[in-house]
Parts: sequence; structure tokens; C-alpha cells
Amino acid sequence: MKRYVIIGNGTAAAGCIEGIRSADAEGSITVISAENYPVYCRPLISYYLEKKTDLRRMHYRADSFYADNHADVRYGIQATGIDAAAKEIMLDNGGKLPYDALCVCTGSAPFIPPMQGLETVQNKFPFMTIDDALALEKAVTPESRVLIIGAGLIGLKCAEGLHGRVQQITVCDLAPRVLSSILDDKCAAMMQKHLEANGIRFLLGTSAQSFSGNSAVMQNGETVDFDVLVLAVGVRANTAIVKNAGGSVGRGILVDDACRTNLPDVYAAGDCTEYHDISSDSVKVMALMPNAYMQGHTAGVNMAGGAALFDNAIPMNSIGFFGLHCHTAGSQPEGCEMYEEADDSHIKRLFVRDGRLVGFMLIGHMHRTGIYTALIRNRTPLSEVDFARLKIEPQLAALSAEYRDHVLKGAV
Amino acid sequence: MKRIYVKEQWCLGCHLCEYNCAFANSGMTDMVKALRGKQIYPRIQVETGADGVTYAVSCRHCTDPLCVKSCIAGALSKKDGVIEIDHEKCVGCLTCVLVCPYGAVIEDGSGVAQKCELCMKNSCGAPACVKGCPNGAIVYEERGEAK
Amino acid sequence: MNFYPEFEVVRNDSRCIRCRVCERQCANEVHWYDEDGKVMLSDESKCVNCQRCVTLCPTRALKIVKSDCRLRENANYSDQTIKEIYRQAETGGLLLSSMGNPNPLPVYWDKILINASQVTNPPIDPLREPMETRVFLGKKPERITRNPDGTLDTRLAPQLTLSMPVMFSAMSYGSISYNAHASLARAAEALGICYNTGEGGLHEDFYRYGKNTIVQVASGRFGVHKDYLEAGAAIEIKMGQGAKPGIGGHLPGTKAVGDVSKTRMIPEGSDAISPAPHHDIYSIEDLRQLVFSLKEATEYRLPVIVKVAAVHNIAAIASGIARSGADIIAIDGFRGGTGAAPTRIRDNVGIPIELALAAVDKRLRDEGIRNNVSIVCGGSVRSAADVVKAIALGADACYIATAACLAMGCHLCRSCHTGKCNWGIATQRPDLVKRLNPDIGSQRLINLMDAWRHEIKELMGGMGINSIEALRGNRLMLRGVGLTEKELAILGISHAGE
Repeated sequence: MKRYVIIGNGTAAAGCIEGIRSADAEGSITVISAENYPVYCRPLISYYLEKKTDLRRMHYRADSFYADNHADVRYGIQATGIDAAAKEIMLDNGGKLPYDALCVCTGSAPFIPPMQGLETVQNKFPFMTIDDALALEKAVTPESRVLIIGAGLIGLKCAEGLHGRVQQITVCDLAPRVLSSILDDKCAAMMQKHLEANGIRFLLGTSAQSFSGNSAVMQNGETVDFDVLVLAVGVRANTAIVKNAGGSVGRGILVDDACRTNLPDVYAAGDCTEYHDISSDSVKVMALMPNAYMQGHTAGVNMAGGAALFDNAIPMNSIGFFGLHCHTAGSQPEGCEMYEEADDSHIKRLFVRDGRLVGFMLIGHMHRTGIYTALIRNRTPLSEVDFARLKIEPQLAALSAEYRDHVLKGAV
Repeated sequence: MKRIYVKEQWCLGCHLCEYNCAFANSGMTDMVKALRGKQIYPRIQVETGADGVTYAVSCRHCTDPLCVKSCIAGALSKKDGVIEIDHEKCVGCLTCVLVCPYGAVIEDGSGVAQKCELCMKNSCGAPACVKGCPNGAIVYEERGEAK
Repeated sequence: MNFYPEFEVVRNDSRCIRCRVCERQCANEVHWYDEDGKVMLSDESKCVNCQRCVTLCPTRALKIVKSDCRLRENANYSDQTIKEIYRQAETGGLLLSSMGNPNPLPVYWDKILINASQVTNPPIDPLREPMETRVFLGKKPERITRNPDGTLDTRLAPQLTLSMPVMFSAMSYGSISYNAHASLARAAEALGICYNTGEGGLHEDFYRYGKNTIVQVASGRFGVHKDYLEAGAAIEIKMGQGAKPGIGGHLPGTKAVGDVSKTRMIPEGSDAISPAPHHDIYSIEDLRQLVFSLKEATEYRLPVIVKVAAVHNIAAIASGIARSGADIIAIDGFRGGTGAAPTRIRDNVGIPIELALAAVDKRLRDEGIRNNVSIVCGGSVRSAADVVKAIALGADACYIATAACLAMGCHLCRSCHTGKCNWGIATQRPDLVKRLNPDIGSQRLINLMDAWRHEIKELMGGMGINSIEALRGNRLMLRGVGLTEKELAILGISHAGE
């Protein structure tokens, strides 16, 4: 009977458990969970603040998930090291745990750059975990003025979550636009306008230089007084445990399409990894929940002796604020062609390179966008499709008749 | 398992399936009350090809469903082959819309995702689009599983 | 001259959900959606009352009604008569119509009643006892003959075997669609009966239904070749058609497209004109030559049918045909349908099938040649009761076409000649043809015939008769109501109460 060990208990770990069980009903699975919760939906913490969900509904899987999958979860324990030669992991409670196959799903941690006087701020929170959200919820009052450092996905979702629960929200970012990692200037401007129309205040191209109690001095000299500070500058992959064991690590733990690290029988999945993005043909950290699951599942299948590949990863994001949605996928490489369609309430930008769709940004109108995503994922040559029709609207009708038949006349 | 398949040579492009779908999932007993004066958000979409061919697209209930794997709320799941959405859990992030390669997950007009659940959860009991198709262009049958 | 439209589209706006199905489904472009007012509008002048929109409207928001805007009432010059005069004054053309004669001429079927057994002769329960609906069409031997060695001569003239005494009568590929033919062929095969190609040839896809196909040879000889003749279970020489006795046929070039032209063996787009006469037939002797040419060509394997319209001296004509070597006579009454016929001919030429059938059966019996031929009657056989009455009047089997079209979806709007049949039957427009899915069409035909077979058995059982054979020509089983002495005499039946 094979012994599987998973470090971490997030989405990638859940994927890994399901992957293992799809190929091996027998082996033992042990999950090392630093957090004291069964796997939950991290991105939902902002919806929690918004009261669109609650702690119970935030569970990623049914209450019987671990029992159903015969997985033994050890809560409140951290793994401190891997002995790849001895095939065992060390735990912070002094124990050791042998494995036949190991999956590292350690996720990421908030990155907090050194800022002068930060230690003088009483009410400061990262925004990553349920505990962060619960603490933040406790700290805010309807009179609170909130300063959020970082206008990325986390910072803005936090702003949306707090909206209506506090008096004032200011978001600052060193980048000159919001959501700078996924949107270009034009798309970001539309999103920013919409956020501003909903009462979020922005200070862009500048960040906090120093803090003094409940006051921040920005790089541009402006002073912002606040009651609660949220630190959402970014995240860093938790790679140390693999790095210390001699594994290859860049910005994340390097894994191949089978989610293997370079250590024998050690796999890694989720936000802690870096892996191949086929849209830009480069290796990067793509800390995305869908990809985390797919990596975890892939790792699990392979750990259990099956054969699975996650060889069409691309960055993609579906995010919306106050009713305005935005879908992005793939990349926007230098020198690509762009097809654009835009009006006051929506933008569609499709990026084409070497006869293939490599990325898109859509704001406002989210109808059947997965057909575009699949074009990127499948690396479909646009010569095989009716791109003129596709540009106007995603539709299977613009794809080849063979593909259509395959999809609609049989099981896929 | 039984799935919905289209026979495009018999599809008339009448769009009745879309209205039957919207009605079946409206929870109402009268079609006029359910649909009159309203924008519909059917879970089945009639497409028209450049050659004039028409056919209806609905969830394929894939063997390897990207929507289920991608759902950030754990709201999508596969039960006995049927991909279901738990509207209690869905927060309307629309990641499923972004990943479904067939464009079969649709926003419901209120910001929440919806998809064909084979009318298993409404009062029809069997797909309303199939029953209402005037020309037998949508069928609900067993055709084996993907390899 | 502009007339107020014949029909009005009544839309109950409080029920209309703007699904626009009516708009998409009307080939006559009656309905459209007005974006500005967000309402459905209609142009009634284009409506033929085919009821496609009414049928498909999911909320029953539509109905089509007859306009009550009429010219001043005149029992002699009806609204229709006057408008036809206007139309002809405008165009100088003859008027065209489709399907059967709609005028209120007598329907003798409805004046004939069927007997049932009481007390002295028991009825038969068809659910408990065997009931034979199978018939064999063709020449029957007059007497038993023996071979020189004394054994029985068991050779028979070729017979057409039918599981029940109903066949689908001739409708050409061209006048009706590929899918209509596919539906008829598939249903005929499943039912063990026959359908008829009409004068349009046999599409190559349908050769596989040969055992259930009657191939027709008409005056234009369209689509006729050796393989065609050999493909069927019987060959029919069409001399006339009930809807338009005395005239030929005309398939406009616009319908002679693609496979239709190929199957007819004529150039695409050319008019297919079937002459009024067969140019090689001016006598019974000439007919005999064609009958035997066809028998020769098919090695005497197949029965030959001669189809004629029911006209005034039909009994004498039938007598001649029975002596021509033909195996089966098909008689088509004046209410029979058509894809297009001059209105005056359709509505004024020919005689009722009931009278023609009775006259022919009697004449052939009187002349002792009834067994030379089987008799098939058509021209508005509308129900199992009509079938039973026809058989009791002397028919061996019936031809149905209008009823078959109705089963396939026809709503009898009588606009076949426009080529825009919204039900996918009398059209060659691909987008309309596809509206008739043969899976559905054939099943509905099968259902209809199954139902009729059950009813025929029930009616026969009630009479204490357990086979079609025993019912054939059994006019004692019929009584007339409201008929004159003359009519009763021709029908060869007594009045009710006698």
C-alpha cells in the first residue's frame, strides 16, 4: 500500500487527493495542514466580507470529503523539511513522516516590502486567509477609513468586500494602473473608473513611504490618515522547504507538465510552483485557483502511478467588481496583433501572434468566453477557424465542422 | 450516461429550445408569466453557421470538466455524470464561463452562473429542450463515453 | 386590384413572448419583429393559413381566422367567384389550385352506413380471434387447372402482397420533397404495404425500399429506365388523375433542381411537362401493348397497374383495361389531391369515387371478368370507415395520399403550387424540406396505419367478418341514408331500414 503525503491543505491539495483516488483507492493519504480548517475557497474571503457567502458555504468540498477519500488530515502542523533521500518529511512537532510519493502544496504568503514605521501601525492585516478576513472584519467599523496597499486582484477584491462596511476606502499602488498584472492601460482605466464610481479612492503611481501610527506618507508627499491598513502588495511562493531539500526553485518550485519537481517522488502543485505558460512560452508563477486544482489533480494521478499531464496551462482570470466583470487569459506578447472592439460599457481585446490567439482581455460582456480560452489552450491555428466571425462573438459555428461534430455528436 | 445531442440536419433554427429551457428553469407554471417582457438566459444556445446550418449547444457533461476543476467556490460538481451547480455556493465569479470550451456555462442575468442540468432539478424531469423540439433535432440518449 | 386579405392573423399580445418563432417559421414572411415598438407585426396578405405559426407558437398567442370582410352577399356570385374573375381579368391566366376539390359536392362515404351483427350472427372480437387484413392484388385464376401429370397447376399471375388494404398513392419526388418520400418509403416498408413514386422517378437512395415501392410510368416517361422498372414491386401506368382528369402534369423548372432533375432525367431548371395523353396510347389495344412491354421488360415478375381518373364512362373504360392484360385497376375519384391543377378542372371534372367504384365492380362482375383484375380506389379515402365501405363496394384496396400528407404534417392550406410548403412536404427549398424529419414523418404514417388497421378489424369484427376477402364486394353490409333511388341503384345498396 502506497503512502502519500501532501504538505498543505488548499485547493491543490484537494486536487491531489482527488487525483490520487482516481487512480488508487487503497493507498494512505496524509495531509499536513497548517491552517485549522478543512479546505476552503481562499478567493471567497472577500465575498465573505461582502456577505455573499459564509464560513460554511466557503468549504471547497463536502464535510465528508476527507472521510470519503480516506485522507488523514493533521491540522495545525507545519512541515519543516524534506529528506528526499530517506523519503520522509520533518514536522514542527518533532515528528517525521515517511512517504512513497510527496506533493508540496505550500501555497504562497503575503509579500510585505520593508516600509518605514510599519511597526507603528496597530491595525494592519494581510488578506490571504480566513483568519485574515475574520481579523479584518473584527477591526473595521462603519466609521473606519481603510487604506489598502496594492491595487491588484487581492487589494481590489478586499476593497469590494469592505465596501459598505466602512466609511472610506483608499487604494494605493506603485503601478500607474489598477490590476496591472492582468490589464493594460485602457482596460484598467475602465475598471478604475467603475471602481471610483462606486466610491473607491485611488492613489496610483505612488505607494506608502512611511507610516506613523494611523498616518501614511506617500511617495508623492501626500498624507493619508487611516484606521485600518490592508497589505496586499503581492505574494511570494512558499518554496523554502523544497529549496532546502535541494530542489530546483526559481520564483516558485519548478515543476514539469507532470507536476514533478526535480527531487525523486516529490511533486508540487499550486501557488508555490512555477511552470510553463504555453501562451507566452515561458515559465512563470501563475498563482490561480483553477490551475492549482489541475496541477494538484495531475500530481495526484502521477503519484498513484497513472499518467497525467497538465501541459496547456495559461494564466487566466475572471474577476468582477460591483457588477462589472472582466475576463483575461493568456498573454499579450510584444509585437502581437490586436483586434479591438469597445464602447462605453465594454472592451474586447484579442491578441494574435503567429496565427494563433494568445490572449484576450474582455470587460463588460462575458458571454461564452471559454471558447476563446480554448483557442489559446488548444493552440488552434486561426487558419482552421472563421476568425472573422469569432472576433464578433465566441461561437462553435466558427470552428471546424469536424470539431463541432466531435463536440456535439458524442461524449467529450 | 444519457446526454443531449443535436442532429443539426433537423435543426430548424426556430429557437424554441431556448424558450422551453428558460421556461423550464423559471420555476413557474405558465410560460407567458415566466417569459413575457423578459430577456431570457437559456442554458441552451442556438448557433448559426456561415453555411446557414443551425444547432443548439448545451453542456456536454464532459468526462473531464474544466468548469468543475476551475470553480473557485466548489459550487460545481459532477454527480452520476451530471455536472451540477450549487447556486447556494456560487458567488458569480464566472470563472466557469471563462473556462468552458463550448460556451455552455452562461451568466443568468443576475450575475450568477448557470448551465444545463438536464432538467434534473426542475419539474420537467427530462430535458425540456428535447421534449419541445418540433423536429427531433435534439435528442437525449446514450451514445457511450469519451475514450 | 387590391383585396382585403382572405385571412387575419390574430395575435394575443398579452400572451406573446416575442420568441419570434412565427417569424422564423413562416416561409411566406407574414410575421416580423419591430425593434422600435418591441412588438410582432404581420402582413396578412401573404398568409395562406397553413397554421405553421399557430402550431409552433409556444404560448398559443396566435390564431388565423377567416376575414369577415366580404363583398356584398350574393348566392350566385360568391365572394370567391367574383375575386377569381377579378384575378383572371388582371392576369389573363388560368387559375391554379392544389390538393383536392374543396367544394361541397356530395361525399357518398358519409351517406353510407355499415352493418353490425346482433343475436343471430355473432360479432367477432378482434382482440381474441384472428382477423386477416392481408390482401393480394393481381389477377386471380378463374378455375382450378391441372398439369398433364394430374397435379395441381399452382402458378399464379404476379401478386402484390399488402399487410392491410391501404397503400400510399402516387406523389412524385419533385411535387413532394425528398424527406416526404423518405417518410413514405420507410413507413411502407415497416407496415408491409406500398408507396408509389408518381411520375418523378425513384431517387437512388430509395431503391432499397423496392419491395414496398410501386414505380409509375406516366405520359412524360420521366425517370423511367430498366433499373427503375425492376426496382419496384409493381408498375403503374398512369392514364389519369382524379384531381385533373384529361390533362397532364407540369413541374415548373424552379422545382426541377439538383436530385429532382437527376431523378427525372431532365436538365436542371427545365419544365417537366407530362402530356395529357400517352402519345402511344389511343386504344385499349395500345394500352395492352404498353402493359406487355412493361411485363416483358420485367420478365413477367411484376403486376401492372393501370390508373385512371373516375370519369363518366368509367365502367366501360375499366372493362377495357381488365381485358388489356393489366393486373390491377386503380381508379382515382374527383376529390383526389394534386400538387397543382387548374382550378376549373379540379373542381368540375370527374365523378365521385364511390359511384365509379360501384359501377366498375358491378360491370366487371356482370361481364365475368372481375377476377382478371384487382381494383384499387383512391380520391379522398379519409378514414378506416371509408376503407371498409370501399372494400364492401368492391375494392380490393385503397390508395391514400391526402391523409398520408396530413399525417406528415400537411394542414391542407392548398398552396402546394407555391412551392413554399411550411411543413416541408410540397417544397424543394432545402430550409423547408428539413422541417420534415423522416424519423418523425414515417412514425406518424405508421401510427396512422396502425390505428386504421385496428379500426378496420373492429368494424369487420362487428359485422362478423374476419377477413378483407370476405368483405370485398359484400354490399349487403352497407345501407344508404338520404340517397335517391338512382344513387342507391348505382351503389348497389339498399336504403337504411330496408
